[in-house]
This record gives sequence, C-alpha cells and structure tokens, in this order.
Amino acid sequence: MLKNVQGIVNLSENEYNIKRLSDVRPIASIPIAGRYRIIDFVLSNMVNAGIQNVGIYTDYNYRSLIDHTGNGKAWDLDRKNDGLFVFSPSFNPSATNVPRGDLHHIYASIDFLKNSKQEYVLVSCSYMIGNIDYKKVYAQHKKDKADITIVYKNTDKADVNFEKCYTLNMGKTGKILSAGINMGHKKDATISMEMYMMKKELLIDIILDSIGKGKHCYLNDAINDCINNLVVMGYEHEGYVKCINSIGAYYDANMDFLDTSIAKEIFYSERKIFTKIKDESPTFYSHTAKVDNSLVANGCIIKGTVRNSILFRRVNVEEGAVIENSIIMQNGNIMSNSSLHNVILDKSVTITANKDLRGDMKAPFIVDKNKVI
Amino acid sequence: MFKKEMIAMILAGGQGSRLGIFTKKLAKPAVPFGGKYRIIDFVLSNCSNSGIDTVGILTQYRPLALNNHIGIGSPWDLDRNAGGVTTLAPYMNETEGSWYRGTAHAIYQNIHFVDQYDPEYVLILSGDHIYKMDYNKMLQYHKEKNSKATIAVLEVSMEETKRFGIMNTNPDDSIYEFEEKPENPKSNLASMGVYIFNWKELKKYLVDGEKDKSSDDFGKDIIPKMLNDDMDIYAYRFSGYWKDVGTVESLWEANMDLINPENPLNLHDNLWRIYSVNPIMPPQYIGKDAIIDYSLLVEGCIIYGNIKNSVLFYGVNVAKNSKVVDSVIMSNVIIEEDVYIEKAIIGEGAVIKKGCRIFDESGEITLIDIGAVIENTYQKKKPDEDNLSKDIQKEGVANA
Repeated sequence: MLKNVQGIVNLSENEYNIKRLSDVRPIASIPIAGRYRIIDFVLSNMVNAGIQNVGIYTDYNYRSLIDHTGNGKAWDLDRKNDGLFVFSPSFNPSATNVPRGDLHHIYASIDFLKNSKQEYVLVSCSYMIGNIDYKKVYAQHKKDKADITIVYKNTDKADVNFEKCYTLNMGKTGKILSAGINMGHKKDATISMEMYMMKKELLIDIILDSIGKGKHCYLNDAINDCINNLVVMGYEHEGYVKCINSIGAYYDANMDFLDTSIAKEIFYSERKIFTKIKDESPTFYSHTAKVDNSLVANGCIIKGTVRNSILFRRVNVEEGAVIENSIIMQNGNIMSNSSLHNVILDKSVTITANKDLRGDMKAPFIVDKNKVI
Repeated sequence: MFKKEMIAMILAGGQGSRLGIFTKKLAKPAVPFGGKYRIIDFVLSNCSNSGIDTVGILTQYRPLALNNHIGIGSPWDLDRNAGGVTTLAPYMNETEGSWYRGTAHAIYQNIHFVDQYDPEYVLILSGDHIYKMDYNKMLQYHKEKNSKATIAVLEVSMEETKRFGIMNTNPDDSIYEFEEKPENPKSNLASMGVYIFNWKELKKYLVDGEKDKSSDDFGKDIIPKMLNDDMDIYAYRFSGYWKDVGTVESLWEANMDLINPENPLNLHDNLWRIYSVNPIMPPQYIGKDAIIDYSLLVEGCIIYGNIKNSVLFYGVNVAKNSKVVDSVIMSNVIIEEDVYIEKAIIGEGAVIKKGCRIFDESGEITLIDIGAVIENTYQKKKPDEDNLSKDIQKEGVANA
C-alpha cells in the first residue's frame, strides 16, 4: 500500500465545453452514473492504493464539492493522521498583474506539501474517470528510476474523445519525448491522463521554479516542460477511461456504463468506487413500469417507461411518462404523459404533465438545476 | 460522563427461533428486511431521528452479525463523543456471571452503564420490531401525565389479543391491569414492548427484585409489581404500522406489505429516514427484455429476468428467462437462467443454478438457507415446463 505517497487532486480543469453542467459546480462534483460525482473516481483510486493523505486544490465555486466530500468519511479519509484536506483558491489582490493559474493556488497552500510525511506525491486531475491501480504506477515508477511518471492512454478515437487534452510523444523505451495538444484531427493518439507520480521535493521545485521564472501558470504545463531535462516515463493504463470535459463526453460516459463489461470493470472490481451515502429507500416499480437497459439508483418511484437511460436517486417517473436515452439527476420529477428523448435533467428538475422534450444523441437537451418546465 | 435526560436500552438478544434457518446464524434483530435494512435499523433510526444520542444494545444470542452491523453506530449518527452506541453482552464479575435471564434482568446487569449518564428517564425498546415512532413525543406525554412508567400500546383486533400483553386502562389511559396473552380480553390495547421509566424508580425495582430473582421480565414481573404498588402507569397510544416479525410468515408478509407504495410505513419519507449500513454498489442495472412488475429493488442488482411482486436486496443477479414471483431475495443471491421461484425467501449469497424450480404446491413459503447452492429442482411440485416458458414469452410480448 502506498503509505509513502500523498495525493493531490488538482481541480483546475478546462470547463469551457461543459459549462451548462459546471455553472453551478466544478466538474469534480458533477453527478454521474446514477449515484456518483466525478471526483469519486480519483479519490477512490487513491484510497484503494492506500494513499491516506489527500489534498484537493479547488478552483472556484466549490460549495457543492465540500458538501459532497464532507470530512472524507465516505472514502475513509476521516483520519486522525493525515486524511482529506480541501484548499480554497488564492486570490491575492496585490498581484493582479501576474497572469494566474493553478500554480499560484497550489503555491498558496504549499505547506501542505512541505509539511507532509510522505516522500512521493501523486498529482491527478478529477475529470479523467476510470478505475486505475496506482500501486502499479508506483511500482513502475520505481522500476524505471524515473523522475516523473505520467499515466497515459492510447486511443484510436482521439478525433471524438479527449478534445484539447495533452498528447504525449512516446519513445520506444517508454520515455516521453514531447507533449502537445490533441486538436482532434487524428484518430490515434497517446493521451496524457494528467496523473503524475514523482518525489514531493521535485514537485515543490517545479512549482517554485515556474512561479519564480514566471514561465507557466498551469501545473500541467510546468510538468510537461520537464520532459526535456528530466527522466519522464509513461505508464499505460489499459482499462476504460473517459475525459469528462464536454457535454458530449459526459453524455457518452453515462451511456458507457450501460455496457455491462464497462460497468463491471469500473464498479464491480475489488477496487470499489466510493461515494457519499444518502440512505434512500429501495426503488419501487409499479405494475405499469417498463424499464429496459437502464441504470436506476435507490429511492426512485417508477410508474412509466424508461429506456437506455440513467436515473439518479429519488427520481419520480409518473404513469405514461417516457424517458429514452436520457440522464435524470437526483430528485427529478417527470409527470404523467411527458416524454423525454436525449435529455439531461440537472438536479431537482420537474417536468410537468404532457411535455415533450427532445435533444439529439450528439447534442442532448439540457435543463438547468431546479427548473420547472 | 455527561448527564443525559433519557437514554435508550435496546433488547436485542432474542433468538427468534420461529424464523427457522434465518436465525440459526444470527440474532433476530440482525435479520435482513425490506431490500436494504436489518430489523434493528428501525429502532436505531427512530432513536436517532428522535434525538436520542445514547443507546445501549443488549446482545446475547449469536451477536457476530449484529455487532458487525452496528459497528460504532455511524450509519445512525450514533458515533458520538458523549454517549453514542454501546453493545452490552452478558459478562462475568469476581464471583459469578450469568446469561440475561429476561428483559429486566438484562437491564439489571447493566445498571452501572445506565448510571454513567445519570438519566432521568430510560427508554426500553425491543430490537426486533418494525415501526416508525417519535420517542420524544412519548417522553413529552410521560412528563405531562407525571407518569412513573409509560407503555406504548397499539390497538389490535380482538382476535389478535391473545398473542400480546394486553393493557387494561381507565378512561384517562392510566393502566390498572396487565394481562399476558388473555383468553378473555377486556381491552384491545397491546403492549409494543416500548417503555419509558423514571430511572430512579425502575432501578429500585430491579435491585429489590434481584434479591429473590423475582424481577426478570418487564411484562411478567416489573409492570405487575408496579401496578400492585399503585404506581401511576400510563398507556401511550400509537397508531401506524407496527410489526413483530416473529415468524417466517410474518417476515414474508412484512416484506410484501412494503412493496405497496401507499403502505403506512412509508420508507420513502425523507423526513424520517431509516438508516442502515450501505454496501458500496453501483445503481441497479435493468437489462434488455427484463420485466419488473410491482417490486422493490436496490443498488447492485443486475436483472435480465422477470421480477413480479418481490423484494430484492443488494447485488442480486437474475439471468434471462428466469422468473421470480412473490418472493424475498436477500443480498448477493445469484439466480441463473431458466429458474422459476415463487413464494420463497432466499437467504444471503445463495446460488440457484440453471433450470431450478423453487415452489411449494401447498402454498407454504419455501426457505433457502444462507449461502446454499441449489443444483436440482427444489420444489414439491414441478410446474408445467411448457406453460412456464409460454408464460414468460407471452408477458415478454405484452410488455415489449
């Protein structure tokens, strides 16, 4: 177990293409797969590898994130020694001229790194979701005698997935030669999963160096910049991964979990994905319920038709309502004879009777949180 | 220790032998119920929701599963700095030790535990009843009446009275007589096994009674003695769902009651949640061609078959062409293809192999033991194979 590694979750993530869902929350706390939040994956992966000291560097608008993580109990991170720490972004009004990024946020709470007992650090984003064994990443990092190990994914769908993510140019020995951006014009690519294993001292050096020289604002850029000077190796993650950086990717990822082989890999592995508990009652299916190829969380009352859809906790589907290819977040209420096709309902949305909402698989129709239609 | 106004003592040592194979390995309060609960979750959640933060749980019979379940009480918010949950098993002292001889004797053995909190009142509960109740309201009533002991009662039908301890009351609901399972009842107010006592008074009775071992039980000994001494004892009328799942039939029935969304227990109410230990499982997956009709399902289920009028616990797998009717399927049961199950309770982790028929022609409930692997047809009568597959096909078409 990785007791000698501390975790850093860096929530400075590109939200440009997922704004409709990240307007009221960071990407990290967007609900996904019926009962989870995006950040559950990275937190669970860290905890499952034995990491017990995790710091979350937030960007902004993190109320819902704190609501979700609480004291870290759901991930067993309510520890006496170490545990879960959430850091607010730092806005220092006396330095407004300097272009700012997450490096400054991390620098503002750098004591968390400096004072920790661990020798190594694993830095990760939240929006790359998968079930990853960090113990193997660490083992390879040691074996390679690398300065930095970057987790990557080889994909043949770079034209539709991983939009604007970092790409890596891999040498034959697993050494990384250079980094770039996925512009989506090629199918094959090696995508950086923005997960980095290195010695803590090195990370502190990189942060101080970058700020000192004023060269970078973002940690990812600062780390990628080390490729020329340091031994930066790659660790290939062969399993499922999706980058939730657009509405399309979010929609597809939810639908991916309807594929039982993906669901088995992610949720039924020995490495469990933990999330906040809600104590909802069992889900009720009435005589009139027709449910087909769907994921349904606890606390739902289903009297209508649900096909190829994801229902979060406490969703109410009245008689005659039809839900198809849709994602209905917590507390959704779909009244009688309404029909929803290719729709994403944010939390606590009510669709009154006899409404007909349609989106497209490529462009799902989104209804904002707490709306009544 | 911090002084508490009222603490709760939950009697959870019962064997519940009439629950057959389900209580061979665990105490009755630990028996799974309602898709995601164990029976004791109801009183623990009631305590938590009533604002009672100090709870002693008296265990005796096969406590492992129960202790595992309770842990440090976090699911019920009972992991507290002062108070919280404590399991109290029988113990030895310098000279002797003994099992709990009865409900009151169990409290007697733990007088020192109660005294730590110096409470004014003690709430005595039974860990094997299913109901939702605000004990705080009952305490208000107890205080208003200036009662020395208050007993929660439920109106039952006259035929049922012979199964219960019956309270005979004056018009102001003060109790003048207690009759255990009377043949000719004078009233239909049945004791729910929920008592509030003034601790000082109760302690006196417990200590005095121990001298001649005459105070082992609340119903049989303590209450009649108090009535004999002309103490003010009141009945607190409760209306709502209350069930003692003492038998296999009542366990099955209580599960079936729960399916109806209009049932008075209303687990969906988020102002009075029933808390339990939550295993880490993804949402339930309902596959293509699955038919779910009037049933309760929870997270972790993977269903390709046909579920009708049933309650499924966490992580149940039902393969295609299988049908489950009028049954209770406990956690992590695997039901393979072409299985037919009717009116059964399937114990945790059982595996029902391909083609099995679990069914009792006489209408009795079939029980499958925890962890059993059923390879061959199990039922007393084999339903017509052709009819069964036709049946499934027909419904499949009708629902398509």
